[in-house]
Amino acid sequence: MMSKKRNMIALTIFLLIALATITANWWLPVSPTAMDANQRLLAPSGTHWFGTDDFGRDIFARVVVAARVSLAVGVIVAIIATVIGTLIGLISGYFRKTDFILMRIVDGFLAFPALLLALALVAALGGSITNIVIALTIAFFPVMSRVVRSAVLQINNAQYIEAARTTGTRDLVILLKYILPNVLSPIIVQSTFIFAKAILAEAALSFLGVGVNPSTPTWGNMLQESQIYITIAPWFSIFPGIAIVITVLSLNILGDGLRDAFDPHSLKRKRKRKPKQTAPAA
Amino acid sequence: MLNYTIRRLLSVIPVMLVVSIIVFLLVHLTPGNPAFIILGEDASPEAIAQLEEQLGLNEPLYIQFFDWLKQVITGDLGTSVYSAQPVTELIFANFGPTFSLMVLSLLFILIISIPIAILIVSLRKTILDPLFTNVSLLGVSVPEFWLAILLVLAFGVTFPVFPVAGYMPLADGFGAWLYHLLLPAFVLALVEIGIIARMLRDSMLDSVNQDYTKTARAKGVRERDVLMKHVFANALIPTTTVLGATVAGLLGGTVIIETLFTIPGIGQLLIDSIHRRDYPVIQGVVLFIAAIYVLVNLVVDLLYAFLDPRIRYD
Repeated sequence: MMSKKRNMIALTIFLLIALATITANWWLPVSPTAMDANQRLLAPSGTHWFGTDDFGRDIFARVVVAARVSLAVGVIVAIIATVIGTLIGLISGYFRKTDFILMRIVDGFLAFPALLLALALVAALGGSITNIVIALTIAFFPVMSRVVRSAVLQINNAQYIEAARTTGTRDLVILLKYILPNVLSPIIVQSTFIFAKAILAEAALSFLGVGVNPSTPTWGNMLQESQIYITIAPWFSIFPGIAIVITVLSLNILGDGLRDAFDPHSLKRKRKRKPKQTAPAA
Repeated sequence: MLNYTIRRLLSVIPVMLVVSIIVFLLVHLTPGNPAFIILGEDASPEAIAQLEEQLGLNEPLYIQFFDWLKQVITGDLGTSVYSAQPVTELIFANFGPTFSLMVLSLLFILIISIPIAILIVSLRKTILDPLFTNVSLLGVSVPEFWLAILLVLAFGVTFPVFPVAGYMPLADGFGAWLYHLLLPAFVLALVEIGIIARMLRDSMLDSVNQDYTKTARAKGVRERDVLMKHVFANALIPTTTVLGATVAGLLGGTVIIETLFTIPGIGQLLIDSIHRRDYPVIQGVVLFIAAIYVLVNLVVDLLYAFLDPRIRYD
């Protein structure tokens, strides 16, 4: 019960963040781009909840607006990486002849730490939002294809698949109608984790100065900008970081919760353990 | 075991081939002419033509690749466009700090995550266990660089106990070396500690109610010995598999940590080279890190097969 409540809280917080940043233009009392030379690096107060930055801009407004790029990059990367990874996983799990080649290519991509691969790709492609999405997609699709492939392998020899094959059902129909629905749960769980990792990676790239154009407010860019003011204006560094942590944490809790919900093994384990926990008291 | 070892060794070849194709193509992904990008907008056409010749950019792509691969196999990663030094030399000159940082981080990870996991499992019926699950999720949700900034603020500025930048080679004394690396290594380790401790806890909980532990308890073995000798020892085996992923995380993390703490390692070299558009160095460092990662995974897999004979016959 407790973890169910936790998942609902995480989902609510995540949706609130998304809603807040999408509708920001209508409700933000101050503009995130309004500069004021007299209001530089002010500490948090009633007028500026999170303080102001080195240009006298309201940090709260900027943190809210910055969520747009961060969330958009995260969700787009999660969707594209999921589609590509699922396709490769389905093909290599189902058509065994393609498996060797496809998995060696995937292994090649997996041989790079994800952040490093993204970094190198952005360095080569240049740091626009589109290129960051491309780089992060390339960095994250291999894990998805591995997950999908192993899920497909587990049900490949199930009787209903065999039955479909012997009755002459076309491969495409088998894949889409019988296999895909049965491997959907690990795909959903993994895509939630990719969403979370992409947000962290985008922030890291921007922070390293190879990410989104510095003039666009993103959480990573704000942290990069704030670094030199850390001793005189710590709030400038603290609030964008908290925004990242809350967003990524809520996604990770959701992914964790979904995994438990989908995984019959973990359900069984919990049921098995429960009577044991109460046994000594009885 | 020999059969498995040979098979596993051979599997490195296709992976490294794909890795080198990816690294090779990195330069050719750049929009426009790499020679033009390297030399900048003011470069004369002659200089561009000369660099194109030097980089072999006039040849067909597959010939360029095989020429490059031949060089790489012999240990020649090219020369830096910026400093004119051989890339291999640059990598080895910068590897010491990175290696120190990683070893110290791994040590932190083991020293901290093992006791945490054992404590959590021995207190699994208390509030501590669900609390830990949430804290470990928090651990993977915190951006490393942000955590580093906060720790620098806390231990470098507010309570100045640790240096916030710089590196001392081991040759200058163990104390100075350790003192400069403690904070960066700890930050680097922190994210992975959550992952490893969680992994250990999960696999320990899996064996807590297995028949062999029940038998041990029925024989009257003390709970502490059951946990250490039966549960923990068995949980170590699956945990070794994530060690490869841990090293990957550390290798990725060093780029950020070295930049933040101005440690002259290969991560810093990579970032500097990206800003200088020094492509031979970028390629060299990325290839080097991937090779290390492939090697670590190889060792981990062999170790796993050695510890758990079932793997060899899979």
